[in-house]
Amino acid sequence: MVDTLVFVVAALICLIGALGVVLARNPVHSALMLVMTLFGIAVQFVAQEAHFLAAVQVIVYAGAIVVLFLFVIMLLGVDRAQNLEMSFLPIQKWAALLFAAGSLAIVVALIVVVGEPVTGAEAMSGALGGTDDVRLLARSLFSDYVYAFELTSLLLVIAVIGAVVLVRKPKVTDPVTAEDGGR
Amino acid sequence: MTGDPLYLDGVDLVDVGIMAVKVLVAFTFLLVATMFMVWFERKLISDMQNRIGPNVAGPWGLLQTFADGVKFFFKEDLRPENADPLVFRLAPYISAVTAFLSFAVVPIGGSFGGGSSGTVTIFGRETYLQVADPPIGILFLLAMSSIAVYGVMLAGWASGSKYPLIGSVRASAQAISYEAALGMATVVVVVLAGTLSTHGIVAAQSGGFTRWFLVSSGIIPFIVFLIAATAELNRPPFDLVEAEQELVGGFHTEYSSIRFALFFLAEFMNVITMSAIMVTLFFGGPAGPIFFGMTWFWPTVWFLLKVLAFLFVFVWFRATLPRLRYDQLMHLGWKLLIPLILFWLMFISLKELRATYDWNWVVTYGAAVVALAIGASLLVAALRAGDRAYQEELEEV
Repeated sequence: MVDTLVFVVAALICLIGALGVVLARNPVHSALMLVMTLFGIAVQFVAQEAHFLAAVQVIVYAGAIVVLFLFVIMLLGVDRAQNLEMSFLPIQKWAALLFAAGSLAIVVALIVVVGEPVTGAEAMSGALGGTDDVRLLARSLFSDYVYAFELTSLLLVIAVIGAVVLVRKPKVTDPVTAEDGGR
Repeated sequence: MTGDPLYLDGVDLVDVGIMAVKVLVAFTFLLVATMFMVWFERKLISDMQNRIGPNVAGPWGLLQTFADGVKFFFKEDLRPENADPLVFRLAPYISAVTAFLSFAVVPIGGSFGGGSSGTVTIFGRETYLQVADPPIGILFLLAMSSIAVYGVMLAGWASGSKYPLIGSVRASAQAISYEAALGMATVVVVVLAGTLSTHGIVAAQSGGFTRWFLVSSGIIPFIVFLIAATAELNRPPFDLVEAEQELVGGFHTEYSSIRFALFFLAEFMNVITMSAIMVTLFFGGPAGPIFFGMTWFWPTVWFLLKVLAFLFVFVWFRATLPRLRYDQLMHLGWKLLIPLILFWLMFISLKELRATYDWNWVVTYGAAVVALAIGASLLVAALRAGDRAYQEELEEV
């Protein structure tokens, strides 16, 4: 009873947030709606007794990633409603529509074909019951999935180095370009 | 299984009542403490600067904050024309609510060690003296402190004004930079305690002064935590965020009336909460000698005294230290605190591993020293290269 109520409320929050991300005219409002969705998901995690995932969800996604989004929006000054007619790729809008419709069709088809729960797996709370989920996660991360884990961290390091290389200012020698484009 | 023993045998009305009382007491305590914290800070600073400070409202000016609060309610609530109406109104509440919530996981009393597990009996029920003890404990605090960034950031942006925007961009950059050091200093404690629950962390420190994590983690995590916490709180010397000389008042420049009061409240509440967290993580929480068998009374007294000591330290910082420049701020955070605490975290983990698996002393610490030497020389080389590039750039301009 309570579980269902929690699920419905959290799912509603997720959906409203997700719609808001797409529909809001102001990018900052979109980012805030994203935070709302992430909170909804965190509540779902707590309901599944995955407390650690819920905390990480809030700390990493809501606390760091969306803050960086906002940071970029504010620094670049794109925080005004943008003209959607101006896009680099003419077919971008139609491609996006196609992808969205396609993903929706796949999800709906899965639900219809498989019938009941899509994955068939029970909530993780059953497996975790009684044990510390932090311990369990750590054990599988550093034993079974250690290569995937290390490769992911390598990928992140590559991304960081790439960002540093990209923002390095090239030595400008031509005075004309130094006037307007060098900085 | 950890968790408050109150809920072990199902939840009935008495449990709900106890819970409500706990929430109410924590809320009131925090509000009253904030009120006196403002007074304490003003009085102490004026003492350090050879002034008298507030002395008109009530005895020794004790009611000054109360008078200010009442005044705030009657002020006009201004909203700039360029402001984003919804976000402008939302921001102060985010700040205030996160400040309130963080305090919920701090254990404020209960006797640990000597057979007792920090429980107190109220109305025949055993319970912890903290509002909540979630299994993720200390992560909840980190989550709240990362959400609190939104209050500052959105306030600055939504004001539609340049000084608040600059203030909020500085604030978020500062918060993100120091959160890493803060988090890793916390991880050292978590590694030693073997649990994330705040109750468990306090319980792991019971049994005398030397078991406090201040001592057993080496003093370094505490120092890093203290510096990073001061930066997270935007307190001097890290108050670049609201540098009056440059930014008027930083992110809350455009706020007036009760909305400003909410920011003010959140700021001072966060100071109290941060002090309480430091006491919990490094100073054994409510640990201390118990006289006359009053196990329910003394731990809370010790806890409050320790928190008071930290409040004094924060005010002391403000009265004595000059503000950091932006580049000094980033230098301290990224090039000093983070490498230092990263090394210390690895060292403490190695120490724990050695103790668990009984590795050879010489090999373990020899490898550690070699790794430290390689890492430190790489870091120094990178920093030198960065400085050189910066100097070259300066010469070109």
